[in-house]
Amino acid sequence: MSYFLQQVINGLQLGFVYALIALGYTMVYGIVRLINFAHGDVFMVGAYLGFYALGLYHLPFPVAILFAMVGCALLGVTIERLAYRPLRNAPRISALITAIGVSLFLEYFTSLKFIFGPNYLAYPRPFVICTYQLGSVCISNVQILVFGVSIILLILLQLIVQKTKTGMAMRAVSYDKDTARLMGIDVDSIISFTFGIGSALAGAGGVLYGIAYPQIHPFMGIMPGLKAFVAAVLGGIGSIPGAMIGALIMGVVETMCSAYISSTMRDAFAFSILIIVLLAKPTGIMGKAESEKV
Amino acid sequence: MRIKIRILFIIILFYAVIQILIATGMLNPYWTQIIQFAQIITISAIGLNLIYGYTGQFSLGHAAFYGIGAYCSALVTKSLHNLGFLSFIIGLLSSVILVAIIALIIGLPILRLKSDYLGIATLGFGIIVKVLFDNADTVIPALGGSRGMLGIPRYTNFTLTFMFFIGSIIIIRNLIFSDFGRSFISIREDEIASECTGVNTTKYKTMGFVFGSIFAGVAGVLYAHLYSFLHPSNFDFLKSIDVLLIVVLGGLGSISGTIIAAIAWTFILEGLRVILPGQILDWRLVIYPLILIIIMLVKPMGIGSGREFKFLRPKE
Repeated sequence: MSYFLQQVINGLQLGFVYALIALGYTMVYGIVRLINFAHGDVFMVGAYLGFYALGLYHLPFPVAILFAMVGCALLGVTIERLAYRPLRNAPRISALITAIGVSLFLEYFTSLKFIFGPNYLAYPRPFVICTYQLGSVCISNVQILVFGVSIILLILLQLIVQKTKTGMAMRAVSYDKDTARLMGIDVDSIISFTFGIGSALAGAGGVLYGIAYPQIHPFMGIMPGLKAFVAAVLGGIGSIPGAMIGALIMGVVETMCSAYISSTMRDAFAFSILIIVLLAKPTGIMGKAESEKV
Repeated sequence: MRIKIRILFIIILFYAVIQILIATGMLNPYWTQIIQFAQIITISAIGLNLIYGYTGQFSLGHAAFYGIGAYCSALVTKSLHNLGFLSFIIGLLSSVILVAIIALIIGLPILRLKSDYLGIATLGFGIIVKVLFDNADTVIPALGGSRGMLGIPRYTNFTLTFMFFIGSIIIIRNLIFSDFGRSFISIREDEIASECTGVNTTKYKTMGFVFGSIFAGVAGVLYAHLYSFLHPSNFDFLKSIDVLLIVVLGGLGSISGTIIAAIAWTFILEGLRVILPGQILDWRLVIYPLILIIIMLVKPMGIGSGREFKFLRPKE
């Protein structure tokens, strides 16, 4: 039983990192209906920015994570401005292919020797790791950090989306772009803002991921990005609470599968769950079913 | 009739020229292999174009069928290697049957999903298949699992790939301009409207998916017997993306576009290796996505969208 609870905690640690990435996917999809394949690579860049801030300049952790978030937000906005905005009215598949292009570009450009380099790097930890005994389970300070930072960021995001004027505009644009424009909302800047927020969360996720699983390389974003995206779909894409729930489920399922069945089969299990959920409820757990107008 | 004879003549001439170049050693084995690979990837891309370009079903799991075809035939030819070329034919047939059955079993439930959701589900299927390849050696040791499968007999030569290449183009062209093709295209244009006019959408969607997957399976068979080595990473999700790129760059629903894009894609990727000087060879895969982004920004509909070579169009 304590082994099981221990695995739940380990799973939640992974799940919260996925949640930070999944939110960017779900917000961007909700607002421009684009699967932003480059998001996983923004996460990777975030991890590297954190690496430089912590390892090279020895900045304190809060500064380092802010640095990564701001850097990623700028990157996200730039990508949107240069690559996606010209394709706003093109077929959706063209934007998707461009997203794949941006993703490949980020991966291979950053693996050049004068950028991040192609090698695996060991991630610096800003503090010494120690574990606390809570009843029958152990929890480490890294896990507390991951939980704490993620929950704070998720609450902040919820406040921005639900309580501020910009958040209201974001919801309006995702509901109906043309009507939002008629109501005087500057749709383009709202879309930029959404990319910025989503990328900042991915950047924070990158730093936390680096601290929790201390090894980084330029292709590290592919699998977590894909799984976070799947988590967003699982929870109902376009829904913020859905993305969180989906990400936590993905994290726990993956960890459980590694612990009880086989660690090489964990991806197969995670994706089987996705297919089963989609077949039972095609719009995901929290997604609203859209009726089709003829 | 005259145009058919002329095309036949061009095909034979092209084949003869390449064969002579190979025989005289003007075309070294490396480039011969690349030409063969370009044809194989074209066959696979034609299959995806049938699924996505003509029937409108977004699939991100094409490499799974490519891999299933490759592994199945490799297992057959390896275990029946004393039968010689006959084992290749048995391998090909068994791959086609296996791919068709799996595509049917997967397609029937999954094709109820629409657009992006279908894409995600097929992506999931592709990843599951790749994980199964990784762990296949626990069930069938000959498949090699994540260590890769070695020692597959080399049966693929230029004549064989060329035959399949031309054959696929002829089959797809005749399929698209038949009654089936009309049904596929009507589903892409509007699923509800075509259902209202009496098209059995489930039947035709599944049919398009199975046919398209068979093309991928055949391409996989040729691939396995060209390189004589298989590894699960040759069939991961990025390989599905490669085929999708080719189909979209070529223009959805254009056979000519797919052929041009597939060949151009192979030769740009390999050509950059030759053109770029050694110091900046790392830049090869940086330049490639840039080309991709620029093509999409300049021609969002792909290079051949809605257009076909004259010989691929039916008579008016």
